Amino acid sequence: MPQSNDAFADRHIGPGRKDERTMLAALGLPSRETLIAKTVPDSIRLGRPLDLPEPTSESEALAELDAMMGANRVVRSFIGQGYHGCHVPPVIQRNLFENPAWYTAYTPYQSEISQGRLELLFHFQTLVMELTGLPVASASLLDEATAVAEANGIAFRHHRGKRSDIVLAGELHPQVLDVVRTRAEPIGMTVGAQAIGDNTAAVIVPWPDTRGVYGDHTETIAAAKAAGALVVAVADPLALTLIEPPAGWGADIAVGSMQRFGVPMGFGGPHAAYMAVSEALTRLMPGRIVGQSVDAKGRPGYRLALQTREQHIRRDKATSNICTAQALLANMAAAFAIWHGPEGLRAIAERIHSRAGRFAAGAATAGLAIAGRSFFDTVTVAVKGKATEIAEAAEEAGMLIRVIDADTISVAFDETSSEAELAALSALIGASPADAAEIRLPAPRDGERLMTQPVFHDNRSETEMMRLLRRLADKDLALDRAMIPLGSCTMKLNAAAELMPVSWPTVANLHPFAPARHAPGYRRMIDDLDRWLCEVTGFDKVSFQPNAGSQGEYAGLLAIRRYHRSRGENNRDICLIPSSAHGTNPASAHMAGLEVVVVKCTANGDIDIADLEAKAMEHGDRLAALMLTYPSTHGVFEQGVRLMCDTIHEQGGQVYLDGANLNALVGLARPADFGADVCHMNLHKTFCIPHGGGGPGVGPIGVREHLVPFLPGHVDNGSDHAVSGAPQGSASILPITWMYIRMMGAAGLKDATEMAILSANYIAKRLERHFPVLYRGRSGRVAHECILDTRGLKESAGVSVEDIAKRLIDYGFHAPTISWPVAGTMMVEPTESEPLSEIDRFCEAMISIAAEAKKIAEGILPRDDNPLVNAPHTADDIAADDWPHPYSRMQAAFPGGVGAAKFWPPVSRIDNVAGDRNLVCACPPIEALAS
Amino acid sequence: MAAVKYFTEDHEWISVENGLATVGITNHAQEQLGDIVFVELPEAGTSLSKGGAAAVIESVKAASDVYAPIDGEVAEVNGALADDPAKVNGDAEGAAWLWRMTVADDSQFDGLMDEAAYQAHIA
Repeated sequence: MPQSNDAFADRHIGPGRKDERTMLAALGLPSRETLIAKTVPDSIRLGRPLDLPEPTSESEALAELDAMMGANRVVRSFIGQGYHGCHVPPVIQRNLFENPAWYTAYTPYQSEISQGRLELLFHFQTLVMELTGLPVASASLLDEATAVAEANGIAFRHHRGKRSDIVLAGELHPQVLDVVRTRAEPIGMTVGAQAIGDNTAAVIVPWPDTRGVYGDHTETIAAAKAAGALVVAVADPLALTLIEPPAGWGADIAVGSMQRFGVPMGFGGPHAAYMAVSEALTRLMPGRIVGQSVDAKGRPGYRLALQTREQHIRRDKATSNICTAQALLANMAAAFAIWHGPEGLRAIAERIHSRAGRFAAGAATAGLAIAGRSFFDTVTVAVKGKATEIAEAAEEAGMLIRVIDADTISVAFDETSSEAELAALSALIGASPADAAEIRLPAPRDGERLMTQPVFHDNRSETEMMRLLRRLADKDLALDRAMIPLGSCTMKLNAAAELMPVSWPTVANLHPFAPARHAPGYRRMIDDLDRWLCEVTGFDKVSFQPNAGSQGEYAGLLAIRRYHRSRGENNRDICLIPSSAHGTNPASAHMAGLEVVVVKCTANGDIDIADLEAKAMEHGDRLAALMLTYPSTHGVFEQGVRLMCDTIHEQGGQVYLDGANLNALVGLARPADFGADVCHMNLHKTFCIPHGGGGPGVGPIGVREHLVPFLPGHVDNGSDHAVSGAPQGSASILPITWMYIRMMGAAGLKDATEMAILSANYIAKRLERHFPVLYRGRSGRVAHECILDTRGLKESAGVSVEDIAKRLIDYGFHAPTISWPVAGTMMVEPTESEPLSEIDRFCEAMISIAAEAKKIAEGILPRDDNPLVNAPHTADDIAADDWPHPYSRMQAAFPGGVGAAKFWPPVSRIDNVAGDRNLVCACPPIEALAS
Repeated sequence: MAAVKYFTEDHEWISVENGLATVGITNHAQEQLGDIVFVELPEAGTSLSKGGAAAVIESVKAASDVYAPIDGEVAEVNGALADDPAKVNGDAEGAAWLWRMTVADDSQFDGLMDEAAYQAHIA
């Protein structure tokens, strides 16, 4: 038994026993069990403890996982195929990657307290635009494979759905091609058409192809241009530091992986993909774009721009279902570029190219045929029947190479490759490195004009770099400073012990296509997680491939679609979605080729069961699925959930459960038991993977037995229908969830769920006199979150929900979710991790804000000049000689005894309108600044 | 002949002069939408059918479809809005018209409101 002072659950859960009694007393309840009995419907209660291993302490769990992952064989990888070794600069590893100020931040919707990571993402976009030559870049996508699929989506929308052919100018990596195929089919696109013509939406140019070759695509590109098709470059960004930017030869879109910019391979992820487009395609781009705007005082400030493209606003008309991207990894890549600068990046690239060139020349001298004449880092060699033999010899020597077929190998050099390895690899094919004069790159670029922006030149010493990262982190309010009570987002503790394994070499330095015998530790950990998550949810099998919640939705709907088709029911194409659903649901359904039919909600916020029944009946044999969030997005355990699932099944439909609120169910009820056929689990919400300031997310899906054959496959295992490039998605962050479950055990997990529900009900109780709680379940209880109706203040005082959100910054808080799922309201989710003192501090801030609004309503403070409309207040505004406001500086900056929690926002209210009317998404090059 | 102006329940206005109709959103609609940041217009030559989505108007937090009030073909669009979408906030029922279109069927005006009826509709 663990010692009580080392019991992890007690550290993870914020409120102690005494706090629990205080909260229960406020609710007038004798026990937590009474609360749960009144909140969670009896009909779905599990009624037994979860069958999970007894919890261990932090030190024991770390030792156990260390032994498990220690079985992985970390050898030198020359496999390439989209994943390359690199050095994570220690200054970045310690100050960014392993720094909770960076990894516990949320997606930067509240721009005033997110300026640090927005600024670094802005540099990421600038970097991508410099590399590709295209004028607009986004703040990352999920991986290279999905980025190519997204590019095809752009082409489809650009041609208004009237062109459906995707032409491949060369050979893509097999895993990329598979994802492109998966994503194309449901929307009616065809991959691999031969001729370019009127029906060609996009021509994809691998730059280089999977064999490392830069082909001559001049004629293909000319034909694409003549036909009006978009040209998509899938380009290695490190090579682009040396060669002509894709925009120069006609690319309309460029995508690729930024992994080798200082992000470990991590057995497949997470890493950031990049995307850049021509100006005309800006509004068709999926995902986040960081734009520069100004604040209320005219100071420059960053924000997420053009959000109307996105799923949370456009729903099934969105450009994609993507929400969270890979902010943390994109920021690592940007930091890598800042650290090395253009000269450093080019030097790395030249070193790699030189080794590849000498390897190729040596092979040619030895009489072996080399694929192509123009390449960067990857050399493909014909070895006549000896591929396996050579690969085995290489493995013996501690090196992995890629076997393309029995007669062909390829070797990819990277930043970490050495001269000794070049010699050893050459010897394995009976060659020795030779002068590479005849081997060349595609047309070079002007290196002098690459990345001339000051940020890529001013941070060369470690002191400067360390301080840059600190300065940026200081602009952001993350979980390491204060509660982030975002409804639906579950900003719970990301414990240090959970995060530590992510940096272990045995976790970080495996190539995703390393032979299975090299990754037994990963296998065991994933098997454990599969078993545990099946026990938690009641499902029969879990796929870890989806690398975001949105990807999980997509993979789940695809499984449903393929299931129906396997039974000859191709006509099932209707997806019922309640009006209260997350915007991702309709966006995912649309991408999975399903037609969205909206189900109404009743006045009390529940799904209108009569409307659901009527629509299920009406669509009958066309009904594919219902997408359901439970407890509901309104923060309520609806009584009729079983009935809803039964209704769908009666019509032959399947039930997709959106697992966004799974943290309110763990240990109390299981989705599969009450009728779900498939469910995604946001490991970054319920199971402690941090939000990373806007990604990574991980969204595995659990399915019942009949859907198991339709889970995503992968070319690496000889199957297909992959949704991500790597077989196990973002494998390297799965240890976080493993550690959490291992240390919590069944009782700890159940305690966490119950405490989250108790804390939410306590907040609802404390604030109900000041802000009506919009929706409640039976017996007047909320689930793990509650919606506060702040709309009354708009009428009485002209105070908007946004004013309250910004005023909370002055009180040292990140705002709750605003205007979702109900416009003009706030959704508060405390999670189990917040101590009662912090919950009380939040409640007092809200009560104090209500009092400020009352003063406005009573005319004591004017409607156009008060602490709410002027919030947040910056330090230099407070210190200014001129203070023209009818309230004091103390009232502005130190309201309600904010005390030690004081956070100074670096900017005042950001002007969203100016930012969207005039999109600025990169820092101009130095010559533009000078002019 | 003076232009005749009609209104839809979806807050579009349409005025007809010499057989060509001009379409925009109402002043009430622009007030509801708030600061407009982008206007997406149909291409000239597009054939529209009554009630179908023809344009999109975006504020920072919402994207709203603008529907064709009648059947017809787009003759001309107001290109000036691409550079200055704020015009819609300033002069929604004047200089910030969205597109001009042919009139396929005169009888479709019968179902639309006149100014007085529209004012009553939004009151």
